[in-house]
Amino acid sequence: MPPDSSRPEPPRPGGGHSRTLLRVAGRRAAADGVVSLTLEHPDGRRLPDWAPGAHIDLILPGGMTRQYSLCGDRWDAYTYRVAVLREPGGRGGSAYIHDELRQGDLVAVGGPRNNFPLTPSERYLFIAGGIGITPLLPMVHQAELLGADWKLLYGGRTRDSMAFADQLRVHGDRVTLVPQDESGLPDLPSWLDEPRPRTKVYACGPGPLLEAVEARCAHWPPGLLRTERFVPKVESAPVRDEAFEVRLARHGASVTVTPGVSVLEAVRAAGVNVLSSCEEGTCGTCETGVLEGRPDQRDSILDDDERGAGDCMFICVSRSCGPKLVLDL
Amino acid sequence: MNLSATSPGHDDLPSSDVDPFGHEVLEDPHPFHAELRESGPVVRLTGYDVYAMGRHEQVHAALTDWQNFESGAGVGLSNFRREKPWRPPSLLLEADPPRHDAPRAVLARILGPRALRRLRDAWFADAAALTEQVLRTGEFDAVTSLAEAFPLRVFPDAVGIPEDGRENLLPYGDHLFNAFGPPNDLVRQGNPRIAELSAWVDARCRPGMLDDDGFGAHIWRAAARGDITEAQAPLVVRSLLSAGVDTTVHGLAAVLHAFATHPEQWRRLRRDPSLARVAFDEAVRLESPVQTFFRTAVTDVPIGGTVVEEGSKVLLFLGAANRDPRRWEHPDTFDLARDPSGHVGFGMGIHQCVGQHVARLESEALLTALAERVERIEIAGPVVRHHNNTLRAWRSLPVRVHPA
Ligand code: FES
Repeated sequence: MPPDSSRPEPPRPGGGHSRTLLRVAGRRAAADGVVSLTLEHPDGRRLPDWAPGAHIDLILPGGMTRQYSLCGDRWDAYTYRVAVLREPGGRGGSAYIHDELRQGDLVAVGGPRNNFPLTPSERYLFIAGGIGITPLLPMVHQAELLGADWKLLYGGRTRDSMAFADQLRVHGDRVTLVPQDESGLPDLPSWLDEPRPRTKVYACGPGPLLEAVEARCAHWPPGLLRTERFVPKVESAPVRDEAFEVRLARHGASVTVTPGVSVLEAVRAAGVNVLSSCEEGTCGTCETGVLEGRPDQRDSILDDDERGAGDCMFICVSRSCGPKLVLDL
Repeated sequence: MNLSATSPGHDDLPSSDVDPFGHEVLEDPHPFHAELRESGPVVRLTGYDVYAMGRHEQVHAALTDWQNFESGAGVGLSNFRREKPWRPPSLLLEADPPRHDAPRAVLARILGPRALRRLRDAWFADAAALTEQVLRTGEFDAVTSLAEAFPLRVFPDAVGIPEDGRENLLPYGDHLFNAFGPPNDLVRQGNPRIAELSAWVDARCRPGMLDDDGFGAHIWRAAARGDITEAQAPLVVRSLLSAGVDTTVHGLAAVLHAFATHPEQWRRLRRDPSLARVAFDEAVRLESPVQTFFRTAVTDVPIGGTVVEEGSKVLLFLGAANRDPRRWEHPDTFDLARDPSGHVGFGMGIHQCVGQHVARLESEALLTALAERVERIEIAGPVVRHHNNTLRAWRSLPVRVHPA
């Protein structure tokens, strides 16, 4: 059935808050130790757009934040898919997702944000290690759509631990699977020692793999190698899942922002007119200066360096790490 | 105007034989927009064999839904699936994912709110200087002296193009926006000069022409990093020069006209200059400097009780949506107490105007400078519209100002 564009959309500003809470619509095992989650908006709305390489933050109870690459289909505007590897040495995020998070549960989400965008090229060499396949999966799809010449080298511990290997089989010999227990480590020298003209290398996986790829590509022209570590970045300060106070420095007023309400809505309720447009953290219209406190940045705009600065925030989606924020309003 | 109840092939689909690109509608589109909205969520325009939408809900949804309504077949009447575009298609406006991604990401970064901060002080100073100069005469044309003068003073410098020939930017942009409509008299009028103007613009998009620190040079640096290709870079620079001037000019003219005709709102801005940002968006909502864009249905799309068939063109009336009474109270009034958020004057979704922060900063600078120095603005003579197939524009706005 064709998608119905007349299905309810959020035509009015003011409904932004619940957009950061998504529901687990489905979960299934994608490989040994890997669970794949499908997320949707509880009201069945469109989700913010994304492009290959983008990740979202999952904000778990206690304020643990974990980043996962989107590995679904961007032509489906209504669901996101992420795949989560259980990390025995991890700090509890992946264990929570594997053991506690059930179908139907709501989970707070930030982003999508893209530090690993697919840039144009005639040829691509994709190199994945383990769960590092997730951002590369939609890239492969797009390389295919663009008619680019591409190859994927995908290494994992065992065949059974390699998520989406089945799905990749349709691409025939463009894909080289290297399960370590059968064939050892991928033979990087033979893939990389000769710089290939007009070829971009996109690599994602554990640190040692990326370091090896970087070393092998050291003599390649700059800009051709692009990497992302799959190890989910852990935010240094936990985000807050309780109410916080926002002081509006110029208006001299204070408002309390409760968990179900966005900063934008709270500020508007206090009678302050702030411009917004997308209300999903993608357009940048609601940018607001932060004078004190630490914003919990959930937008799709700032990159990691800018997020660290903490001197501005997009109040349609972003929140607070601490009990109080002072805004330049 | 003739809006009949149904159209052949669709039992309940209202249709209209009105020409939305005719001079009568371009002079005053509001009666047609109102009929369009009242007729239904989707209307057939029989003169052009296209669908039209004028209600906020459907326009907003269709703009956002790039999966079903593509831009790559052209955002004008011409269907690139069948007709050859008059110039190489824009990598931003006339492209869909995945081709749209990299150029958009590069430009969004260069024109993002954070990147613009470095321009803020200089633009505020420029606005103050221009205002001082203009105020030496008590009466002037707000279109040429402010709405055109200010962007032409700051924007080409920000892009980094040389001084000579900048007067070509306005006629080039005017023709480009006319060309999204049918090949009518407005397009014919522009045709004789377009080869020359295009050649001039294209030549400015090359690295040797561009200043080291402007938006243009940053685009070429992105190409050097491999974020876009060397072949894409000049087309991305061209997007700045095509879309960055006329639209802002008409947005500024719109806000100046609104203040000249709403003195109480001017007093309000003077009391609280921080309303300058809201004022510009409210004027963009009210006037919609970009009135319309087309999309093309990628598949059969059920919408508003009908089916828009695969391959058909859909004309989205941003101007009608921005005054839809289903969405806005008293939509025809300019009111700084209103929250104009959610208007579609900059578009919505992945194609939403990537230069919107630039336009807002220009207007904030100019309005702030004027609010400090001007007690009252009033219309001082007959105002004249400028007709364009896509833009809502003024040719002349004679004003009298009373210095503070
Ligand atoms: S309104 Fe678009 S980022 Fe907040």
